[in-house]
Amino acid sequence: MSNEQRALEALARAQWRLALTLTGAMMAVYFGFVLLVAWAKPLLATPVARGLSLGILLGALVIVSAWVLIVVYVRWANGHYDRTVAELRARSAGAQRRR
Amino acid sequence: MTSLGQPNTVAILWFFGFVSVTIGITWWAARRTRSTEHFYAAGRSVTGLQNGLALAGDYMSAASFLGIAGLVSLSGFDGLIYSIGFLVGWPVVMFLIAEPLRNLGRYTFADVVAYRLRQAPVRIAAAIGTLAVVTFYLIAQMVGAGNLVRLLFGIRYETAVVIVGLVMMAYVLFGGMLATTWVQIVKAVLLLAGALLLALLVLARFGWNPLALFAAAADRYGAGVLAPGQLVSDPLDALSLGLALMLGTAGLPHILMRFYTVPDARTARTSVSYATGFIGFFYLLTFVLGFGAMVIVGQDAIRAVDKGGNMAAPLLAEAVGGTGFLGFIAAVAFATILAVVAGLTLSGAAALSHDLWVNVVRKGVAPEREQFMVARVATVLGGVVSIVLGIVFKGENVAYMVGLAFAIAASANFPALVLSVFWGPFTTRGAQASMLAGTASSLALISLSPTIQVSLLHHATAPFPLKNPGLISIPLSFAVGIAVSLLTPEQAAAGGFAGLQRRLHLGPEDGD
Repeated sequence: MSNEQRALEALARAQWRLALTLTGAMMAVYFGFVLLVAWAKPLLATPVARGLSLGILLGALVIVSAWVLIVVYVRWANGHYDRTVAELRARSAGAQRRR
Repeated sequence: MTSLGQPNTVAILWFFGFVSVTIGITWWAARRTRSTEHFYAAGRSVTGLQNGLALAGDYMSAASFLGIAGLVSLSGFDGLIYSIGFLVGWPVVMFLIAEPLRNLGRYTFADVVAYRLRQAPVRIAAAIGTLAVVTFYLIAQMVGAGNLVRLLFGIRYETAVVIVGLVMMAYVLFGGMLATTWVQIVKAVLLLAGALLLALLVLARFGWNPLALFAAAADRYGAGVLAPGQLVSDPLDALSLGLALMLGTAGLPHILMRFYTVPDARTARTSVSYATGFIGFFYLLTFVLGFGAMVIVGQDAIRAVDKGGNMAAPLLAEAVGGTGFLGFIAAVAFATILAVVAGLTLSGAAALSHDLWVNVVRKGVAPEREQFMVARVATVLGGVVSIVLGIVFKGENVAYMVGLAFAIAASANFPALVLSVFWGPFTTRGAQASMLAGTASSLALISLSPTIQVSLLHHATAPFPLKNPGLISIPLSFAVGIAVSLLTPEQAAAGGFAGLQRRLHLGPEDGD
């Protein structure tokens, strides 16, 4: 197996790991919220401030957490991932020229 | 008293304004739509911000604007559960779907599933799933359009359905994806601006403090409106619906198709970031709109106009901004439906012409002219079918069809897409079985569920306990796909995986 192939597979594994972790995190946050809604109604009814129940606060935080996870992914993808992809593409273009 | 249901000059002016502008855009786009690549993918020329707005436009249907605001106004916190469920699928689109689609496919998601598999069997199964999703979603939108326009403008249901069908057909037929994209952008900007203005007019009455609004709602209707009520009582039911909403977003054909309109994977990524930002912001606004309608309009007045609460947002607009603002919001709601059905019809036409005609009937070799013509014939077919379905289902309760469309999208499309991109041993038979099992089990389980058996047919009990099939049908589709693949090893498919991975990350080398 060539170096290039190894580098590509390492990148694919890293992308898959991060994608799966972040998807799992989103599922955990959202299904955690849904199960609280189903099982812990009195807890979510607890007032945090006047006009704000814990349920509404957590609901808004689920939306915010979706944004945060997206930012985490985009920072990694626009940085490390895109840099590695550019290197691999340059190497493969070079290899083709030599052929 | 409300002037809802009487002809509203401002609404009619705004609506004609919207139709004129979008027909103008269609005329402009038609001159640039010269090939199938333009017709299906807008020449891959759409920017990240534009596609982000267009994705948001495709996704924020009238159901989420009017339906969720109404649900929150009548049941408080419980309505918010939907707002949140509709957003959390977007990160999944970002992490698993957007970039693979852009790098591996051309026009439909079946391009990706069939990338290293045998074309015909995969395309047929994918087209069945796509057409099922598009049909149920279209019925819900068309029936919603007919009812909405009757309530808002006072014209006949059938007339409204025909107008929506014809205008939408004009966008897609002549302007293809470029016109559809810009219609979505105009609509998304109008919808976001309208919802924001409405929310600001509400907040102005509560010292710009949403908590003061929520407190006023609790004072008038009891603290219960800020807490979970009866909507989600069975945890399994809640999980099932949640799973279908989340993974269904990542399997909706008209959403998936948008990723082909951008030039590269990085732009696809940017467009999901924008879309999630806009959609999340919009759903946060529905908190304010729903509680605003509850307090300012009042639950009894909302129920008096429409039992389901669908008119809460227009009534609120009238209460805080007068008849003129009501007209604006009504026109925005109509434009929303028009744009969503255009996107759906285009994706249905792509499944018929690109997947079934070009890749199955013509085995992948059809002259460009023929492809272009078949795509347009399929669009006309889609437009006519949606008008007929809209009229056939008049007066039926079709609210469950959106949930069903999401369940099929999550069970038929999402598992096959993920397995084909990330799992080497996936085979043609596995893909076929997974997509068909997903579609069939969603349809079978929903027809045995309380949604159909109890709510629609008024039986006392239902053989299948869950209201949404997602919790069973999604894992089933994954399991079937994996099991059948392991039983039917396919050398060509496994051999193609390295090439797929390479193209998935490095992008198409010929630049197409």
